Amino acid sequence: MHAPRNERLELRSTARMKELLAEYFGRLGSAAKDRSAPVAWCSSVGPAEMLRALGFEVFFPENHGAMLGAFRMANECMSKAHARGYSQEICSYLTSDVGAYLAGKTPLTAYGMDSAPRADVLVFNTNQCREVQDWFEFYGREWKVPVVGVTSFRSVGEVTEPLVTAITRQMEDLVPTLEGIAGKRLDPARLSEVVGLSRQCSDLWKACLGTAAHRPSPLTFFDSTIHMAPAVLLRGTPDAISYYELLLAELQERIAGGVAAVPGELHRLYWEGMPMWGKLREHASMFAQMHTCVVASTYCNSWIFEALDPADPLRSMARASLELFIARSDGPKQRYIERMVEQFHVDGVLFHDCRTCPHNSNTRYGMPGRLREESGIPSVTVEGDHTDLRCYSAEQSRTSIEGFVEQLADR
Amino acid sequence: MSAAGSAKGGANTLFGGIDSGSWNTKAVIIGGDCRWLGSAVVRTGADLEGAAGAAFELALRAAGLGREALDAVWATGFGRRSIPFAHGTRTELDCHARGVRHHVQGATTIIDIGGQDAKVIRLDAEGRRISHRMNRKCAAGTGSFLDEMALRLDTSTDRLPELAAKFSEEVELGSFCTVFSGTELLGAIRGGKRPADLARAAYKSVVRRVLEMDVFDGQVAGTGGVVAHHPMVLDLFAQHLGARLIVPPHPQELGAFGAALAARESILNQGLEPAPEAADLP
Ligand code: SF4
Repeated sequence: MHAPRNERLELRSTARMKELLAEYFGRLGSAAKDRSAPVAWCSSVGPAEMLRALGFEVFFPENHGAMLGAFRMANECMSKAHARGYSQEICSYLTSDVGAYLAGKTPLTAYGMDSAPRADVLVFNTNQCREVQDWFEFYGREWKVPVVGVTSFRSVGEVTEPLVTAITRQMEDLVPTLEGIAGKRLDPARLSEVVGLSRQCSDLWKACLGTAAHRPSPLTFFDSTIHMAPAVLLRGTPDAISYYELLLAELQERIAGGVAAVPGELHRLYWEGMPMWGKLREHASMFAQMHTCVVASTYCNSWIFEALDPADPLRSMARASLELFIARSDGPKQRYIERMVEQFHVDGVLFHDCRTCPHNSNTRYGMPGRLREESGIPSVTVEGDHTDLRCYSAEQSRTSIEGFVEQLADR
Repeated sequence: MSAAGSAKGGANTLFGGIDSGSWNTKAVIIGGDCRWLGSAVVRTGADLEGAAGAAFELALRAAGLGREALDAVWATGFGRRSIPFAHGTRTELDCHARGVRHHVQGATTIIDIGGQDAKVIRLDAEGRRISHRMNRKCAAGTGSFLDEMALRLDTSTDRLPELAAKFSEEVELGSFCTVFSGTELLGAIRGGKRPADLARAAYKSVVRRVLEMDVFDGQVAGTGGVVAHHPMVLDLFAQHLGARLIVPPHPQELGAFGAALAARESILNQGLEPAPEAADLP
């Protein structure tokens, strides 16, 4: 009596992405082991280009947190961090990663590593949250290595020149310390080249995500959360660029052939907030079975850095870090969501109220109500967490989401 | 049961709705003219399918009908996908909205307080759903909260209304969470507060938690088991909202009634597709 099960289509490019990730983690693993290159930890939207230009192998611990979540290892690990006084109420990336370190566990064994790579330096940018600094300082104490970074502005309305200047200065101040650790000078030409590569990666990633504006969409949010890995881990390298050229071609091929990522697409949603890594697969098939495509998201868009400019590398990096959605106040955030709803022909917004990441939870200051009243955009809020599955009620959320899809269908 | 899809004339058709709730399973039988023919409420327990079958049989008996007489049966509630004899499912959000819409015209906010959760559902002037909120994962603001408080007061949930009616002093329970409220209640008992006043305090807590879920302007309807069996809740809402909740007939079975209406629509209007089955999450 029930509708036949429908599943979303897998992308062919995944195979190439897996190779690239294996190479990336291979390089990181050997750098940490043979000391063939210095290793830096970097917060996800931190100054990675500068680190790359200095020859660091760059590790992004939020990706490690996401992997712990996706491999369902997070909950057993995070309890170790809770026991050390890291609260259940703070970022579960932090607690699962620190817990994994304390427990001697990692999903990186899939890439031949027996732990996250030991850092020579940890570099944060608090444009996203304070947690990255607290997180890195744990390892700074453990390994007795420097923790440096940018103390940024939050809740930024307009990105003004004085703000950009202040962040640029802080980035400039990082250079001598990082040069000392890398054992080489920062070559301006090389920095400009890396920023240029990063910008190309960003443009291609944006083009890939933009294909979801097509009806039916060739891409779902659940694909994008997987395929964003090169934009996160490899931006500033030619590999990331060639990967997104490949992916873009596949997505354009789907459009030309009328191939829908969600067969029989009826409804289109925007996902506002973090993915729930341990529930990605279930969520992907749940939405596919409801003929609902989650076409776009703030989260995957966060690795689009349109300000990056090889002609003015540091200042453009500073500007890009301030223009990010997560660093902005509610006014620009609301206008951004409204633009996305229009661009991607979205029927409604799903807000993930992420228990341990207030910075990526945009439900807490009345945003859903304002979107409904001012722009007529319907939304539903689902409570959960990016990594801590204890914060998620599958049953209640499913009813809420199904009820929302029924509501959209009945309009 | 005649096959769904073989529509007969509206007047001769018969439909069933099952609401498989976390605490109780409700079944309702209606005619093609939406007339209420019979209903039943049974404890859900651990066997969702068994409870649905039992409620359905009892409702059929109350209606004086056999299974084969029905044209379609739809299910709702948290166990809606565990009922193999249902021809389709809708969420309880949809079914409560349908049930209320049948009785109440115009823009309405629905407060549904069940065993495990509380919901606020907003309908526009045409009766279309425009938003919903569900309570957070704690039992506060739900029937389970009342069960817990009744236990602490050494009584049962069904005797709580009678106890609370004897109140003489206003007492407040301030805690957000059920466990904290329980200890707060024990403290109040030790402090010499009377059980009747504390029973009323428990009702006030439920009402306050629900009022925090949304803005209530315009007409408000109440559904669900707590609304059906705890009249003080209605008095307290009236006090806060300045008007009494509109309570449709059979508020506890209203979700099942909504499911029966969905079954009816699927046959008579041929317009309603069964909701696609969502993945079974572990
Ligand atoms: S932004 Fe949120 S998820 Fe990311 S590191 Fe900070 S607290 Fe954690």
